[in-house]
Amino acid sequence: MPIICAKNICFRYAAKPVLEEVSFALEAAQIVAMIGPNGSGKTTLLKMLNATLFPNSGQVLIEGQDTRHWPRQAIARTVAIVPQESPAIFPFFAEEIVLMGRFPYLRSLAFEDKKDYRIVQDVMARTDSLSFAHRRFNELSAGERQRVLIARALAQEPKILLLDESTVFLDLKHQAQFLSLLRELSREQHLTVVFVTHDLNLAAQNADQLLLLYNGKKYAIGTPADILTAQNIKEVYDVDVGIDQNPHNGSPRVTLMT
Amino acid sequence: MIQINALLLLLFVLLGIIALGLGAIHIAPAGVVRAIADAFSGKGSASEEELILFSVRLPRILFAGIVGASLSVSGVVFQALLRNPLADPYVLGISGGSALGAIIGIVLGAGSFYLGVPFLAFCGALVTVFLVFIVAGGSRGLMLDNSLLLAGVVVNSFFSAAILFALSIVNSMELHSISFWLMGDLSGAALKETAGAALCLFIGFGILYAQARKLNLMVQGEETAMQLGVNVRATKYALLIVTSLMTSVAVSLAGIIGFVGIMVPHMMRLVFGSDHRLLLPAAALFGASFLVVADTLARILLAPAELPVGVITALCGAPYFIFLMRKKVQG
Repeated sequence: MPIICAKNICFRYAAKPVLEEVSFALEAAQIVAMIGPNGSGKTTLLKMLNATLFPNSGQVLIEGQDTRHWPRQAIARTVAIVPQESPAIFPFFAEEIVLMGRFPYLRSLAFEDKKDYRIVQDVMARTDSLSFAHRRFNELSAGERQRVLIARALAQEPKILLLDESTVFLDLKHQAQFLSLLRELSREQHLTVVFVTHDLNLAAQNADQLLLLYNGKKYAIGTPADILTAQNIKEVYDVDVGIDQNPHNGSPRVTLMT
Repeated sequence: MIQINALLLLLFVLLGIIALGLGAIHIAPAGVVRAIADAFSGKGSASEEELILFSVRLPRILFAGIVGASLSVSGVVFQALLRNPLADPYVLGISGGSALGAIIGIVLGAGSFYLGVPFLAFCGALVTVFLVFIVAGGSRGLMLDNSLLLAGVVVNSFFSAAILFALSIVNSMELHSISFWLMGDLSGAALKETAGAALCLFIGFGILYAQARKLNLMVQGEETAMQLGVNVRATKYALLIVTSLMTSVAVSLAGIIGFVGIMVPHMMRLVFGSDHRLLLPAAALFGASFLVVADTLARILLAPAELPVGVITALCGAPYFIFLMRKKVQG
């Protein structure tokens, strides 16, 4: 059974259609990149996958069950999202932000126990954010905040991790660290990853599957080699590109012709 | 966490003891403690001094504490839900709506029913809360901070006008003076009402405290709270109803006391951070202490004349508000 299944989903903001008849199925433990031009519906689709938004018609099935019927806390144990940015109006410590990822596991009046703190320690170590655990979230740099938000999502121990351009603020070292962490989690814990990006080469190198959206419709889904063709990119992005092979790993490499 | 709140409770008790001794008849703190010990051991002498301590000042201090705690806790919750450190029941006009409800209740004769007036005050508060949230929220996220505050200013001046209008067309003996409804006043403390307000505070606080962790998540944004497993809509409505109730009980008994709900939460956040599991009790305890001090000043500054306590809180609150606003603008 596919872990995520979208069936004919349509969605509109006011009268403007954002998603039209989008259908696809994703198997567990895959890394999937969602690509497409601005306004193609990527972020909206991501919100449907974590059930903060529901389609006007059609269904999103997570583990075979319609997102409309998932209890809030249960879906938070299954799907986690790393947002682009998080408002920091009131001062919280980085560690407190990560601990919030344990909310779906706690009963309503309980305090976090040793296990929760151990998980928080672990995910903060994995995202290289332990060194600022006791600093205020709003005093951190954009990249550090991003790592804290990634840690929070991992603290939810999700089966599906959604990323909304979560690598843009990371420096090269942390980008590499994060991408290899994703591969490790998908290999060892069967984590399914869906990430939105504008960086086609990043997508080509790191994803098993690409989902290409165009004007709110699914344009194509498939392996990087299938999707990243000069013709597809010309049609969807309206730019001319050259495609060759990355000499290091054989994935397609996109070069803008300017 | 428990230690901090124990300290704040101790602060409240100490300030209470000092405040008990201050007034037209001055009693040193040691004398107050002795009188309390006597009263507990049954050796009460029913002297004039003890009468003043236990029948006049003690109910008023407890009343001030309960009102201060209710307003501060409401402030914390409104700030979290609107994600704006400048929100509080007074600035948003919720106190005003509640006062207008209470006045309408008194004029219509609801005073003859038990809790009739607080109930209408509650309705007034609730209507205002939902108005504020409709204006502030809309379907897509939250309105800009400044427009929210502007809306509050407009709502407030509308309610002030309505209150003045109501007071000038009716001549009911039951109505408090204009200054009571516009500036707040704790001199009307009666034991029966104080007990009712205390009950509301404790029940309301219990409900809010059970949601403390959800509040932490709500502060991160509604979408984030939702994706972390909070049932955002239900939580929001429950919190709004409870805080409206606490605000309206305070307003119907003590009038409009401004700025407590901004100053106290802000100071507590500055010292203890934003975890609502600590912040809520800390704000309640410190808010209680704060209003006891303010009310004691109102009693003794111009003795034998008394100021409305709202004058004191506004005199220190308005500058504090401007300071906060400037700090916010500067980032």
